[in-house]
Amino acid sequence: MTYFQNLGEQASSGQTSSSPTLGRVENVSRRGLFKGATALGGLVLAASMLPRSAMAAYATGAGAMPHGVVTDPRVFVSIAPDGIVTIVAHRSEMGTGVRTSLPMIVADEMGADWARVRIVQAPGDEAKYGNQDTDGSRSTRHYLLPMREIGASARTMLETAAAQRWKVPVSEVKTGVHEVVHDGSGRRLGFGELAADASKLTVPAAETLRLKDPKEFRLIGKGAVSITDLRDITTGKAGYGADVRLPGMKYVVIARPPVTGGKMVSFDPAEAMKVPGVERVMEVRGWPWPSKFQPLGGVAVIASNTGSAIKGRNALKIVWDDGANAKYDSVAYRAELETAVRAPGLVVRNDGDAEGALKTADKVIVGEYYLPHLAHVSMEPPVATAKWTNGKMEVWAPVQSPGGTREDLAKTLEISADDVTVNTTLLGGGFGRKSKCDYVLEAALLARELNAPVRVQWTREDDVHHDYLHTVSAERIEAGLDKSGKVVAWRHRSAAPTIGSTFVADAKHQIPIELGMGLIDMPFDIANVRCENPEAAAHTRIGWLRSVSNIPRAFAVQSMVAEIAHATGRDPKDVLLELIGPARIVPFSASVDKPWNYGEPVESYPIDTGRLRHVVELVAEKAGWGRKLPDGHGMGIAVHRSFVSYIATVVEVAIDKKGVLTVPRVDTAIDCGQFVNPERIQSQMEGAAVMGLSVAKMGEISFKNGRVQQSNYDDYPVVRIDEAPRVTNTYIVPAAAGTPPSGAGEPGLPPFAPALCNAIFAATGKRIRNLPIRDQLAV
Amino acid sequence: MIKVKVNGQERSWDGDPSLPLLWFLRDELGLTGTKFGCGQALCGACTVHVAGGAARSCITAISDVAGQEVVTIEGLHPQGDHPVQRAWRELNVPQCGFCQAGQIMQAASLLVETKNPSDEEIRSGMSGNICRCGCYQRIEAAVRVAATGT
Repeated sequence: MTYFQNLGEQASSGQTSSSPTLGRVENVSRRGLFKGATALGGLVLAASMLPRSAMAAYATGAGAMPHGVVTDPRVFVSIAPDGIVTIVAHRSEMGTGVRTSLPMIVADEMGADWARVRIVQAPGDEAKYGNQDTDGSRSTRHYLLPMREIGASARTMLETAAAQRWKVPVSEVKTGVHEVVHDGSGRRLGFGELAADASKLTVPAAETLRLKDPKEFRLIGKGAVSITDLRDITTGKAGYGADVRLPGMKYVVIARPPVTGGKMVSFDPAEAMKVPGVERVMEVRGWPWPSKFQPLGGVAVIASNTGSAIKGRNALKIVWDDGANAKYDSVAYRAELETAVRAPGLVVRNDGDAEGALKTADKVIVGEYYLPHLAHVSMEPPVATAKWTNGKMEVWAPVQSPGGTREDLAKTLEISADDVTVNTTLLGGGFGRKSKCDYVLEAALLARELNAPVRVQWTREDDVHHDYLHTVSAERIEAGLDKSGKVVAWRHRSAAPTIGSTFVADAKHQIPIELGMGLIDMPFDIANVRCENPEAAAHTRIGWLRSVSNIPRAFAVQSMVAEIAHATGRDPKDVLLELIGPARIVPFSASVDKPWNYGEPVESYPIDTGRLRHVVELVAEKAGWGRKLPDGHGMGIAVHRSFVSYIATVVEVAIDKKGVLTVPRVDTAIDCGQFVNPERIQSQMEGAAVMGLSVAKMGEISFKNGRVQQSNYDDYPVVRIDEAPRVTNTYIVPAAAGTPPSGAGEPGLPPFAPALCNAIFAATGKRIRNLPIRDQLAV
Repeated sequence: MIKVKVNGQERSWDGDPSLPLLWFLRDELGLTGTKFGCGQALCGACTVHVAGGAARSCITAISDVAGQEVVTIEGLHPQGDHPVQRAWRELNVPQCGFCQAGQIMQAASLLVETKNPSDEEIRSGMSGNICRCGCYQRIEAAVRVAATGT
């Protein structure tokens, strides 16, 4: 039926979205392709090719990820006799467009007509597909080159098959669009006609591959391809985590311990059992904190529909033992963090003599910045469906790491990973929450215990109460200036409970990946720099949220730049450029124990202040930095390198007489190296501005008596359409030759809050150092 | 026995009359295009049309729609080509897509009430629907395109 290699049942079975609707595409430049061929009088000019060795090859950290990279075309590509090309998407779609972008790279390189491409979602199987952990803004940067190699291999095999059929040297055949052509005779064979023969050939060695000259790309970099699920999304057919329905399925909602580390003492199911539709109430196993992604435990209500399960859960009477975090209180904890950053802490970077230079400085400017816990609240709350059959577990779930989920399922169920199938549905948002598979483990354990298919649905309240929260942090920066106003000393203390505390008990210092997000990698041209990380104990589950520690760090550093500008009576953009200094490669400080460069080799992904300067200059120009603004308006600027991309943002605010804040305009410049789908980069920047405004204006999760005080979108609000930035303009820096791809999903977020607060200062003279802003501007 | 017409088809329910319409649609009828986002009418992901107007199915008891006509995203247009759906595709509105059925149902209802809404009316009419990905700029533009063609 299909060739190269049958994708296997896992890829094509199971989830709702693996139906024939997959791969439906609109706005494809299909007519353009045919038109192009016609304009050439029916001749199909083959793309010019470059040997792989001629390509600016670059090293990435992809190979160092668990299970590395697989570039076998037989794993990713199959061609049916009718010419339909099926390409596997092995990473998770949560809104970035990756399920479309990676297959599009393969299609472009192999010469496939996008209208005849279908996309199928891979199950979790990293031995087969390579790393699938969709996180860290890594997909394009790790897979642009491997996907091109897969496409080039497939094309080479098709060409070889054609040459053999025609008994001509392979050098005489070329690939057009979805067909192979013989130069001399003009004979041509479609991909479908060649698939069976091609599948019998050996896969060419990577060194022998010839890759397209980027000038010949038809899809990559054009921004003309819409996401593959677009029609299904607009018609309600797209399949998310809760859309899988199995015969005999039970609907489950769980009451979990309200305090992290707490446990259930006793429960009374009587009232819950009276709710129509409720079939059973039972205790479910929890693991002691911290336990990575293991379930919290509690009491499950099993019903014939989700509504009944929710109603039953609300009727439960449960006595909890709150455990060691029963006193966690955000007001008291904030004071602890602020005290911590006012005293010396663990030194994590030390260049020159910042202590001495601060003592002898002409002026010292001190800024203390606070950012509270944040919740992900993706529109789709955590949910998973599981089925246990004859010792085998199959799940359907919106997970960022289907491979990791499979391994955690095998470990938790104490079965072989070979007996675990993880089907990845579309994710209704992820932002890092769905990297943690606790909700899938809950469903799997219950499915086995009940020996029935189950769906565990988290309510919004469950999501807010039991998130893996963004940390809470205090950042204190002291900048020492000499008589001329030049910054000669910089001491940055950052205290925040660490993600490490979710994996290891009593972890109190941030781990390298957190320190490397805007603290120890601070690129300013300052002689004396000292960074410290005072202790901070965790009292809840700490996780990663889109752009992670870069949020508080960029907020502190980029606010401080504007504070220095104000103190010295200078333009904030000029001070920013002066601090960045001349275009150069900034080495990681020798004083840093474990430098973190987002897992990438510094040779291909150095800290390049030329690129950092460029996005500042570009966005300032595009935003009209310094232009005359109406009364009550102000502009602020900020820049941040994260996920090895460079992003600068200018925010324009308007503040009325009552102190009501609106954002008429946002301008963002991004340099993410080589890129695949600029239209989706633009949508990521638009979304980052909205999320950035939510963070800055209203985002706060707080604790009292160990319990999260918020529950839903009423008390944990996010920005709505009537308060969103009116316009976000995106400027994508064209990649210089040889610049490898970097990240786009996360790095738009960090510069937003400081640019906003700098704009507020420009408009009002009020400096916001504590987020969220909430009513701080009220007059 | 509660009878309700869903996307033109007669349906009935003899369970708990207080069951939210959302769960009847999703779990009993398998119409999964309507999404659960908050359960408290705060996010609009569950928006459907009841008797022609937008309603939050997560807080609408099935007994409240007895004898009425309910339209979900699956029934908005037989081919999925309602002007709002087309505008959504033309402008590549969705990111993750989870909220979009609710957004589209809300926008379709807004355009029935106000044929050619101002920017202000679009923003106010759509302010009950949250998009955590932040597609608002395109949502606003797409409602305008659906209304005016440009």
